[in-house]
Amino acid sequence: MTTATAPTRLLEVEHLTMRFGGLVAIDDVSFSANDKEITAIIGPNGAGKTTVFNCLTGFYKPTVGRLTLHHPKGDFLLEQMEGFRIPQKASVARTFQNIRLFPQMTVLENLVVAQHNVLMSASAFSLAGLLGLRRYKDAERESIELARYWLDKVGLLDRADIDAGNLPYGDQRRLEIARAMCTEPVLLCLDEPAAGLNPKESAELNELLLFIRDSHKIGLLLIEHDMSVVMKISDHVIVLDYGCKIADGSPEAVRDDPNVIRAYLGEDEDEELPPEVLADLKIDTPKPQNMPGSE
Amino acid sequence: MSEAQQSIRTETFNIPAALKDAFLTAFVMGALALPLAGFRIGEQGGAFFAEQRMDWVLIAVVAGFIGRFFLSLARVSLAPRIAPPAGAFFGGIGSWLHTNMVLMSGLAIIAAVILPFLPFTDRLILDRAIYMLIYVMLGWGLNIVVGLAGLLDLGYVAFYAVGAYSYALLSTHFELSFWICLPLAGLFAAGFGVILGFPVLRLRGDYLAIVTLGFGEIIRVILLNWYTVTNGPDGISGIARPSLFGLMEFTRNPKEGVVAFHEFFNIPFSGEHRMVFLYFLILALALITNFFTLRMRKLPVGRAWEALREDEIACRSLGINPTNVKLSAFAIGAMFAGFAGSFFATRQGFVSPESFTFIESAIILAIVVLGGMGSQIGVVIASFVLVLGPEFIRELQEYRMLAFGGLMVLIMMWRPRGLLAYRDPTIRLWPVKSKGARK
Repeated sequence: MTTATAPTRLLEVEHLTMRFGGLVAIDDVSFSANDKEITAIIGPNGAGKTTVFNCLTGFYKPTVGRLTLHHPKGDFLLEQMEGFRIPQKASVARTFQNIRLFPQMTVLENLVVAQHNVLMSASAFSLAGLLGLRRYKDAERESIELARYWLDKVGLLDRADIDAGNLPYGDQRRLEIARAMCTEPVLLCLDEPAAGLNPKESAELNELLLFIRDSHKIGLLLIEHDMSVVMKISDHVIVLDYGCKIADGSPEAVRDDPNVIRAYLGEDEDEELPPEVLADLKIDTPKPQNMPGSE
Repeated sequence: MSEAQQSIRTETFNIPAALKDAFLTAFVMGALALPLAGFRIGEQGGAFFAEQRMDWVLIAVVAGFIGRFFLSLARVSLAPRIAPPAGAFFGGIGSWLHTNMVLMSGLAIIAAVILPFLPFTDRLILDRAIYMLIYVMLGWGLNIVVGLAGLLDLGYVAFYAVGAYSYALLSTHFELSFWICLPLAGLFAAGFGVILGFPVLRLRGDYLAIVTLGFGEIIRVILLNWYTVTNGPDGISGIARPSLFGLMEFTRNPKEGVVAFHEFFNIPFSGEHRMVFLYFLILALALITNFFTLRMRKLPVGRAWEALREDEIACRSLGINPTNVKLSAFAIGAMFAGFAGSFFATRQGFVSPESFTFIESAIILAIVVLGGMGSQIGVVIASFVLVLGPEFIRELQEYRMLAFGGLMVLIMMWRPRGLLAYRDPTIRLWPVKSKGARK
């Protein structure tokens, strides 16, 4: 329907507010994410990034706000849906900051469990499955093929039958993304996918995420601290600080935004920062006038 | 593993520490023994007197001291030599059993089938075998809830009671036959499983265990006190014995119009016929439970049970409805308990609340945990150890339960994840590597 040059809105977040008692974790944040694009949410620790994710994926009910997902099947108002229905009906998948695999199940089983709803209806709530009807067997074969496809993409094909908990950390991260993709989402939310990865793994992750965006034509929402990931692959960056949105735009524009620099580096612009902090932030110097305009 | 062993081996025996430990134990022992064993209340000529037994206290203190000292000694010198080989022994048996699963289960089923026809099989052995098979079936049923879905259920006996009383009441009031009551009892028990499931949906772990424990007690107390329906502590007697699918009866003088088993086959009447029939009935019921569970494990719902055990939050993020998954586990587990309960009622011909106390739940749970959570063959072995074990050590008399407890502690020390902790993947991408050909 739409061409690649004119992106369509996939997710619209309007006036999202989340209060925990007296604490305002997110304060009137509005943003939107486009289909077939990678939208990154960045911000210092405690800025409310994961809370935004938890609202989007139904783990929290937002205090105020509207979260609209423009799904091919129609619009879904995520804030009104029960937690498990968001991935089931609205096809929003997510990963977690601290990996949540099924550690004592094999890699393949993890990916097949992700296709639970498809398989459940194919097995007619276990009846067809118990009787061993062809209908279920075909569905199971298809689910294995989908799992095999993603295992191949994340490079875990030869480890399909070992327990997920025995995988190295980086593999577990990629498996979690593969598992989320096995639910065939329209929006994939990744909570710090590069955390704890070495530079090589991080580069592989970039490729995987770009592949997902370009080949599967879905929208990605990304929380990330690793600026090498954010700056290289995101099409759009949103910056949160203390629950408020302080910047929104292209990676280059956000990087030069004085508000963002202040949020990351502190109020005093003349303050000299230790070199390792600067290296972490991948910003050459805290002074805006010395910043490169673009990459 | 090997590093941990190394560190245990190199640990030297610290005499002052062991002595200090032993003194402390002796002190605690003395403090406990003084009020418990130090005095004996006697009665003479209508007057009470307290007899001092300080020698008993002394014996307890000395025994505590020596016992603790040698335990410290044994932990350093003996345990590292015994525990790993013992653990490896059971682990070896476990993996061997699992690699030869088809052969072993085939042999076990054949052995179970020919057992009643073996020359040395008498009434007692058959009775014990039936008794054990009930626990095997209950263990397999509870394995769905605890082993697969990871929901710690301490009130499983409640569903067993519901099944038994359903059959007892339906049979005595409406004279329905066993074969009609059996599915009904399973249905009622499953209904109770759902009733229990709803309030505990949000609970997990210890909290879930407490609520299920309470539920088990509620059912027992209702059975005990609702006299008009359940006949209270007197129980329900005169429950119909099962017939051979309504065709024949196992009685000497059958009812009008019904053929007796011995008349039909023209053999002399023997009480053992019914026994053998009951044996095959529970064997079939237990095997159905087993095959059903094995099949469910490989279906989406079974995988969802296991996924729920592993991580509920991840399940929700994949669009799995935790409510449905939990309720189905509770309902199916309860259904098998209901079947077992109605078998229990028909075997005994009598049910009373006494048969459904907490200790039954504890034994069934112990069978599942000891066998290795989720391991089907582990349940059989654990039932053998826990149900028939106390029979074998009857000579120990009142020390039987002590020995039983000690045995369980030892098994849990050597095999903390159960005798046969092993999980077979429900689905494989690659064929199983042949033995020896390791990567």
